[in-house]
Amino acid sequence: MSNQIIQGILLGGYYALIACGLSFMFSVMRIINLAHGSLAVFAAYALWFLASRFHIPPFLGLLIVLPVMAAIGWALQRFLLERSARGGALLPILTTFGLAIVIDNMLFQQFGADTRSLAPFIGSLSYDSWEWPGSIYVGKLAVIMFATAVVLLGGLQLFLTRTRLGRSIRATSEDPDTAGLVGVDARRANAVAAAIAMVTVGLAGAFLGMRATFDPYAGAPQLLFAFEAAVIGGAGSLWGTLIGGIVLALAQTLGAQVHPQGFLIGGHAVFLVVLFVRLSASGFGLRWLLHLPSRSAP
Amino acid sequence: MSVVPTSPMIERGTATSRIAAIAVAIVIALLAIAPQFLSAGAVDRMTALFIYVILAAMWNALAGFGGLVSVGQQVFFGLGAYFAIRLADAGLNPFLALFASGIIVGAVSWPLSLFMLRLKNGEFAIGMWVIAALTHLLVNLDRLVQGETGTSLISLNVYDASIRRVTIYWLALASMTALLAALFGLLRGSTGAAIRAIRDNEDAAASVGVRVTGTKRLLFVLAAFGIGIAGALWLATSITFQPKTYFNVQWTAYMIFMVLVGGIGTFEGAILGALVFFLIETWFGGAGVWYLIGLGATAVLFSLFLPRGLWGTIEERFGLRLLPVGYRVKLPANVADGGMIPSQQATTYQEKA
Amino acid sequence: MSFLAVENLVVRHGLLQAVRGVSFGVKRGETLALVGANGAGKTTLLRAIAGAHQPAAGRVLLDGADLTSVPSHRRVGMGIALVPEGRKLFVRMTVEENLLLGKTTGRPGDWSVDKVLEMFPNLKPRRHAKTGHLSGGEQQATAIGRALMSNPDVLLLDEVSLGLSPLIVDRVYAALQGLIRSGTTIILVEQDLNRALSVSDKVICMLEGRIALAADSKSVSRDEVTKAYFGLHKQKAEPA
Repeated sequence: MSNQIIQGILLGGYYALIACGLSFMFSVMRIINLAHGSLAVFAAYALWFLASRFHIPPFLGLLIVLPVMAAIGWALQRFLLERSARGGALLPILTTFGLAIVIDNMLFQQFGADTRSLAPFIGSLSYDSWEWPGSIYVGKLAVIMFATAVVLLGGLQLFLTRTRLGRSIRATSEDPDTAGLVGVDARRANAVAAAIAMVTVGLAGAFLGMRATFDPYAGAPQLLFAFEAAVIGGAGSLWGTLIGGIVLALAQTLGAQVHPQGFLIGGHAVFLVVLFVRLSASGFGLRWLLHLPSRSAP
Repeated sequence: MSVVPTSPMIERGTATSRIAAIAVAIVIALLAIAPQFLSAGAVDRMTALFIYVILAAMWNALAGFGGLVSVGQQVFFGLGAYFAIRLADAGLNPFLALFASGIIVGAVSWPLSLFMLRLKNGEFAIGMWVIAALTHLLVNLDRLVQGETGTSLISLNVYDASIRRVTIYWLALASMTALLAALFGLLRGSTGAAIRAIRDNEDAAASVGVRVTGTKRLLFVLAAFGIGIAGALWLATSITFQPKTYFNVQWTAYMIFMVLVGGIGTFEGAILGALVFFLIETWFGGAGVWYLIGLGATAVLFSLFLPRGLWGTIEERFGLRLLPVGYRVKLPANVADGGMIPSQQATTYQEKA
Repeated sequence: MSFLAVENLVVRHGLLQAVRGVSFGVKRGETLALVGANGAGKTTLLRAIAGAHQPAAGRVLLDGADLTSVPSHRRVGMGIALVPEGRKLFVRMTVEENLLLGKTTGRPGDWSVDKVLEMFPNLKPRRHAKTGHLSGGEQQATAIGRALMSNPDVLLLDEVSLGLSPLIVDRVYAALQGLIRSGTTIILVEQDLNRALSVSDKVICMLEGRIALAADSKSVSRDEVTKAYFGLHKQKAEPA
């Protein structure tokens, strides 16, 4: 059982990776990007394509894919989200949902329905494990994944608090108009934030591909996992995302013990329970849960 | 117009709208007798169109009027079919089961609304998706459904194929008409004022005493009921029930497409959108994945460049209003041209809906 | 030659015309006080100069250059800084972080966190506190400090004394006197007429979006400004 718990915690690292971009974009731009999962799958396909066609191993492929993801994030914000956010809070939901449909089906068109995996391209890493005391085996990949999540979250934290650009992004997320009045280019800050978010999505996509299989329509479940982890952890804080990811993964692990189909049910159920408890306790909306100050309408 | 009015006049129906009302009655009557003249395939297609209209109108009721964008409405579509299967299995007449199922879906949606309506915008949208995913998994656990293998509405097979086809056609037509009439009545009645106030500015509406949550709940339950009926009708046309097909997010994608293209927040827009979608599906549905890419891309383009949709744009351009659910204030020309009104609102007709 | 000039500026808020054709100029190093009743358009005018509102007509000129289409963040880089009404601090960030944000444009000058803390010694122990937890006076000091960090040529101050105790207001104005002596051009909105007249070179009284009176602060009588304030200056107010 303790073995399962450790596996669950490590899997939580993956959920933290996929969730932190979603929660980061939400906290800065107040937009939930429904194409989030699809973009992660896109990154996984990009790595798979580089590996199978040009024999570029996935970890090296990231050097190409991550900058591309950053560019996609920047363009996404500049050309899609910025424009649709001007039409109110509901429009970006529709825009990004439409985008998700386009991405999913483009991937299907390009790569077909077959499930793919990056595991064949990372050698023994996909099945190697370390033996810990008490005959517990932990996969090397899972540990790398968890460590990446911790490093990424810590790095983001440092970036946001210690750099000028990071402070600009935080100021924009609090109050874009006032940020402009102190000299922050809010449009640029948002575009940089979207680029960073997409880099984290690219990393998440890489680990999705290495630890499991994916197909063109795998984006939707990834979006739901990301959303659930972000909400469970309280999307306001980066480290909360990690806790949210671990809770989600543990609930799934536990669910799988109870019933063969319990993996997903356990995850969704814990999400709803956490949500229910918080909503009943607070009497406020989720905005309050995420510790966001209300922003007056433009 | 010979006399220039000096004060705003308030109109409800317009001459156009009275003609439209008569036209609507004629169209429904024609549709009712249409199966006499249509081929079996055409009857099936028309049934599908009616179901699309229901889906579009119900999603529009929720998003366009209630300000609640959901990407999990497939949960009600799937539940509508599932409860119909369950009720028919328990021995209820399959046609009765379709409507009983819709009522159960509506009843289930009420407690759900207590919880979900406390979420806002994107959280509500994706929260509904989680609900749909979870419900799908739970339905899969039902032995009767046999997981993704699915089951069928076998008891419908006792009816002759042609009688079954026409009956479902009429049921779909009647459901569509009744749901549209209910929505129209709701928007014209006293609740309609509240709905329009919420649509325009939720906080302001709440501050003047509009029962925001109660009104939203009403729309949520209506939408769930309508989409449940649509799911049950779809089951009746296709007989087989595979959870994966019914709980597919694609259904919500279709709803969003229809409403975005037709005109979100306009009564006629949803119907127009359903028609457009129906035609596109008829012509390009065979194009497979490119068809879906096209739908997604069109939705993105409309949300970016024509967020009011086709009908909203027509209405704005020509001041046209066929089925007026609101009031309109007709401003005298001299006021409308005055410098006090910002240019984007300085049209002769100020829609006060 | 005016350093900062406003020409026939019109600003709308939806249906409302908040500023209706305002023109004036300020010379380098001058201090201008804007007075007027609530809703007279002072804050809107100040925000339009800072670039927070896009004017419907008219121009804003800095040293002869047209700023009208320049976004607010670039105006900061050109030397215009606003201390907004209600402080508008980033409450989830610390005093130091708020101050450092003022440095975003990288405009050269000698303002630094340490210099601001010297100017407002009461902020020193609060350096790493979140600004949401500060007292009103400390918040106001932070807001002024944040604007100064961008080394502005023109400082726009919107009701810096609002909600502060008289003692704190004295301290804030003592600090402002220092800035005035150092040659910073200042436009300030101030409700307290005496204070406005004593600190400024010129005074403009606004009424319903227009300039009701523009005068030299030293020569104008308090009575005259009061009349303009209530709309009794040139024209008789019409009965409602």
